[in-house]
Amino acid sequence: MAGLLLLIQYTLIFSAVLILVALGGMFSERSGIINLGLEGIMVFGAMAGAMVMVLLPGDASRFTIIVLTLLASAVAGMLSSLLIAVACINFKADQTLIGTAVNMLATAAATVIIKAFNTIRSNGADFSAKLDYVRGHDAFMFSIGGLQLSWFIVVAALLLVCAIVFFYKTKLALRIRACGEHPQAADSVGINVYAMRYIGVLLSGFLGGLGGIIYICAANSTWHFDYGVAGAGFLALAVMIFGQWKPERIAWSAVLFALFRSLSNVYMGIGFLHALPISGTVYNMFPYIVSLIVLAFTSQNSRAPKAEGIPYDKGAR
Amino acid sequence: MEEKVSFTKRPGVQTLLASVLCAILGIIIGFIILWFMNAEHAAEGMSAILVNFFKYKAASPTALMKYMGSFFVKSVPVILCAEAILFAYKAGLFNIGAAGQYTVGIIASLYTSIALGWNWFFCLIAAVIAGGVWGLIAGFFKAYFNVNEVIAGIMLNWIGLYICNIVLGGPACMNQSKSETYDISEVNPSGILPGFMQEFFGGNQYMSIAIPLTIVVAIVILVVLNKTTFGYELKATGHNKDAAKYAGMNAKKNIMLTLAISGAIAGLAAGLYYLTGIEHFKIASSVPGMGFTGIAVAFLGGLHPIGTIVAGLFVEYITLGGQYLNTNYYNPQVADLMIAIIIYLCGFVLFFKSILSKPGKVKVNANAKPDNAGKKEV
Repeated sequence: MAGLLLLIQYTLIFSAVLILVALGGMFSERSGIINLGLEGIMVFGAMAGAMVMVLLPGDASRFTIIVLTLLASAVAGMLSSLLIAVACINFKADQTLIGTAVNMLATAAATVIIKAFNTIRSNGADFSAKLDYVRGHDAFMFSIGGLQLSWFIVVAALLLVCAIVFFYKTKLALRIRACGEHPQAADSVGINVYAMRYIGVLLSGFLGGLGGIIYICAANSTWHFDYGVAGAGFLALAVMIFGQWKPERIAWSAVLFALFRSLSNVYMGIGFLHALPISGTVYNMFPYIVSLIVLAFTSQNSRAPKAEGIPYDKGAR
Repeated sequence: MEEKVSFTKRPGVQTLLASVLCAILGIIIGFIILWFMNAEHAAEGMSAILVNFFKYKAASPTALMKYMGSFFVKSVPVILCAEAILFAYKAGLFNIGAAGQYTVGIIASLYTSIALGWNWFFCLIAAVIAGGVWGLIAGFFKAYFNVNEVIAGIMLNWIGLYICNIVLGGPACMNQSKSETYDISEVNPSGILPGFMQEFFGGNQYMSIAIPLTIVVAIVILVVLNKTTFGYELKATGHNKDAAKYAGMNAKKNIMLTLAISGAIAGLAAGLYYLTGIEHFKIASSVPGMGFTGIAVAFLGGLHPIGTIVAGLFVEYITLGGQYLNTNYYNPQVADLMIAIIIYLCGFVLFFKSILSKPGKVKVNANAKPDNAGKKEV
C-alpha cells in the first residue's frame, strides 16, 4: 500500500513536470518555432530556482520561498528562451541546431556557475556542482492523509487550466496558432508574425523554467547540475507529439508517461514488481521504449504545425 | 560565373570565413567569461587553453609529440561523429541519435573484445554493425511510422545508454573493484587496433590506424555525396522528398539507408576510439556528449567532410585546453561552455554570410543566388 501511495506521488510530480514543459513546447511549436532547447531551458530554470532557495535567509516564510523560487525559475526560463527566440526569429538560424546548442550551453553554464557559486560561498572548500536545498524542498510540501504532496502540483494544475482556456478561448492564442500554420497568411491580415513567435517562445521559456525547478525540487533535496535534467525535456517533447499539439491531450499523455517514469523510482516498494527478475536499469529504459512504441502508433496521422521549423520570410512565395 | 564573383563572395570562402568568425567570437566570449570569473588570471587562463599541450615544446619534444598523438586519437571520435551527422544532414535528416549509435558502438566493440576476446578487426565490424542497426531502427520508425527522427533518436539514445550500463556493467566486462571496463591490452591484446607511426609521436601506444582511417572515411563521404548516383539521390531526397519520389527514387529506402550508414559511421567512431585502449568505459548517467559535440563540429566545419576534420581538431583542442586551466581559479567545464557558445554562434552563419555578401559593387544577378545555395552544399 505504501508503495502504491509512493507511485501516485511520483506520478503526480512527473506529470506536473511533463505537462508544463510539454505545454511550453506546444506554444513554441504552434507559433512556428521548434523548441529542442527545452532541456536547456529547464536546466536554467532549475538552477535559478535552486540558487534562490539556497540564498534565502533562514527565517523566510514558506510563502516567500515558494513565490520567489517560482518567479526566479520562470524568469530564468524566459531569459534563456530568448537565446532561441533571437537566433531563430530574427536571425533565421537552424532551429534544431540552436536548440541543441542551448542544451549544451545550459549544462555547461550551470556547471560552471554552480561550481563558482559553491567555491565563493565555501571560500574555496567546495568545488562541486551540487546544491542542497532541503529547506526549500520542505517549504513546498504538504500532505493529505498519507499522501505527501507538493505545491508544485497545484501550480501545475492551475497553469494547465489557464493554458487550456488561453489556447482555445483567446484571440492571441488563435493568432499564435495562425503563425505556426501559415505565417504569410497571418501577416496579410495584419498579425505581427515576429511578435507572435516571440510570445510563443517566451511562453515555452516560462513553462519550461517552472518545469525545471519542479523536476529537481519536488522529489529531491539536492541536485548535481553536471547531469542537466537527464532527458526530461526530450521526454516532454515526446509527450507533446503524442498529445498532438493540443493541451488537453498533452495532459493525458503526460500522466501516462509519468506513470512509466515513476515505476523506475518506486518499483522497489511494490511487491510484485520487485519480485520480477528485472534489473532496475530496465525500468529506467521503460518510458523511452514506451514512448517510441506509442509514437510509432500515433505519428502516422500526426499533424505538426505546418510552418514549424521554417524561418519566416516575408517575401517568400 | 566564377570570374564574375569576387574572392570573398565565393560560397566556399564565405563558409570558411563564417566558421572562422564563429570560432574567434567564441574564444572572445570565452575570455569574457574567464574575466568575469576571475579578472586577474583571465589572460593566463586563456593562454593556457590556447597554448595547450604546446607548453611541453620547450621542455621535451618527445613529450610534445606524445601529447599531440593523444590529441589526434581523441579527435577521431569527434570527427567521425560529425561526419555521421553531416552525412545524414545532407539527406535532410537530423541524426541527433548519433550519440546513441556511438553508445551501442561502445557496447559492441568492448563486449566483443573483452568478453568474447575477438580480433580487433571483428570488434570493429561489430561496432559498425551495431551503430548501423541502431541508426536503421530510427530510420525504420521514420520511414514507416512517420516518427520524427529527432525524437526517435533521442529515445534510442537513452535506451542505448541503459543497455550499455547493463551489458558493460556486468562482471564479464567490468572490473568491479575499479568500476571501469578491463584494460583491453591486458585481457585481449589482439583486440587492440594496429599501431600507426607510434615512434614518430613519441612512442604513443594509442596512435593507431584510426587516424588514417578517419581521413579515408571523410574522403569516401565526399566522393559518395558528390560523384555517385546514390549520393545524388540522397541529396535530392533531402531537398524535396516528394519531388524525389516523383522522380522515381525510393524515399523510404533512402531514409533508412542514410540513417543506417550514418549510424555505422558513429559506431565506427566508438570502435576506433575505445579499441585503442586509451579510455575505459565507466557506468554513465547521461548519454555520451560525443554525438552532440559532433553536431557542433559538423556545422562549424561548414557541412563539408574535409572542413569537418579541421573543425573537429579545433573543438578537441579547446576541450583539451580546458584541462590545462589552473583549477585554483577556474574549472575545466569553461572549455565546454566555450564550445557550446561556438555552436550557438554557428546558427548565425547565415547572417554572417549575408553580411559578407552585402557590400561590394559586383552585381551577382538574382538568378545566381539559388546557384550559390546549391553549391555551398557540397
